Amino acid sequence: MNGPHDIGGMQNFGPVPYYRTGPVFHEVWEGRIYALNRALAPFRKVTGYIARAQSEQWSSADYYRMSYYERWYLRMVQLLVKTGMVTQEEVDSGQPAPGSAKETPPLTAAMVVPMYTQGRFAGRNRVGAPARFQVGQRVRTRNMNPTGLTRLPRYARGRFGMITRDYGVTPLPDAIAHELPDRPQHVYSVRFDARELWGEQSKPQDKVYLDLWDEYLESA
Amino acid sequence: MKTTRRRFLQTAATAAGAAATQELAHGQEQDPDHEHQAAPSDMTLRVKALESLLVEKGFVDPQALDAVVDTYENRLGPHIGARVIARAWSDPAFKQRLLADTDAAIEEMGFGGQQGQRMVAVENTPQVHNVIVCTLCSCYPWSVLGLPPMWYKSTAYRSRTVIDPRGVLQELGLELPERVEVRVWDSTADLRYIVLPERPPGTENLSEEELAALVSRDAMIGVAKAQPSREGGQA
Repeated sequence: MNGPHDIGGMQNFGPVPYYRTGPVFHEVWEGRIYALNRALAPFRKVTGYIARAQSEQWSSADYYRMSYYERWYLRMVQLLVKTGMVTQEEVDSGQPAPGSAKETPPLTAAMVVPMYTQGRFAGRNRVGAPARFQVGQRVRTRNMNPTGLTRLPRYARGRFGMITRDYGVTPLPDAIAHELPDRPQHVYSVRFDARELWGEQSKPQDKVYLDLWDEYLESA
Repeated sequence: MKTTRRRFLQTAATAAGAAATQELAHGQEQDPDHEHQAAPSDMTLRVKALESLLVEKGFVDPQALDAVVDTYENRLGPHIGARVIARAWSDPAFKQRLLADTDAAIEEMGFGGQQGQRMVAVENTPQVHNVIVCTLCSCYPWSVLGLPPMWYKSTAYRSRTVIDPRGVLQELGLELPERVEVRVWDSTADLRYIVLPERPPGTENLSEEELAALVSRDAMIGVAKAQPSREGGQA
């Protein structure tokens, strides 16, 4: 989706609202919506690429008007309603519909600390389509404009780069964000000269690295 | 504004409210990228109502929510990344392991938790400066740095870092020599990057713990350098 989220290279957002130190959550409700999102993750319906796909479809005006965690709130409500986990009436009233089933929460307090502080990435040695590219190979990104989620940003489409690392096989967000059958495939670190992306205004030695799925690329 | 905003979110939250959203959108004050213009009491009430509904339906356990907030406010944060960096500065073999297999090296120190994503450390040298961004959302190495600061998630940082890294770094107070190669890492997939900053001069006699105190969150994002200690006298 060529949507409001895909902003690499835009220049009209003003200075970075930088600060050196600040609270983790600026408002109590921000922490709660963050925690709700994590606690609902085991249901696999309102998180990750699915949630991103939801907010990427909003109009730009809506997307930019909302603060970061307001977007989290809205996409969560929309996805909960869309997947039938809650109804709009329940959201409006804050009360479950009479006679609705009661689940058992999958995330308990005791699980949180070990889950968030221990263990490493579990997705290694995943099997998928064979790698079509090798480290050191020159590639070009495809010129593609899907209406669903993709992780190939607009600024890097149709550009020449070099494969610098093969990270192995990962589920394809373009598929899983829309609950389509997965097409697991290799993800590579691809190096682009900054000048290939932005022209003469960049320094000749500067680089931009993107992590790109196999089917975003063609040999060059 | 308060009432309009509430009505806007209420309408937008309905699955079928897209058209009405457009209509209400025109009445809104334009304040792009100001992250805190929301009427807090309104969002407080909304999120409270949603939490209470999800608790009542048995989807979430309120104590688990407390534990998540507590973990991010008090347990996870840049102090973890700083210890990893200090170890890499003190132990060349560990540094090699960190660069070759970042997950394994972090786990070796007893840290982890980034289940869905793989960690990758990238090394700054006198010739190379690395900086991390996520242009499409706000991907960040939260298991070692905690949650990202609001500015990292801002549209300004996300949009400009890839096209003008030197300008953004200068704006944030880091002037890079002309000859240095700048490498921007746009976290477009399930990899999470952390910058291994250069060890500041004059820190040869510092313990690992003292070294960790020199490593800021911003140095591990790549928008600052690790600062020499005052005792080092090399600043």
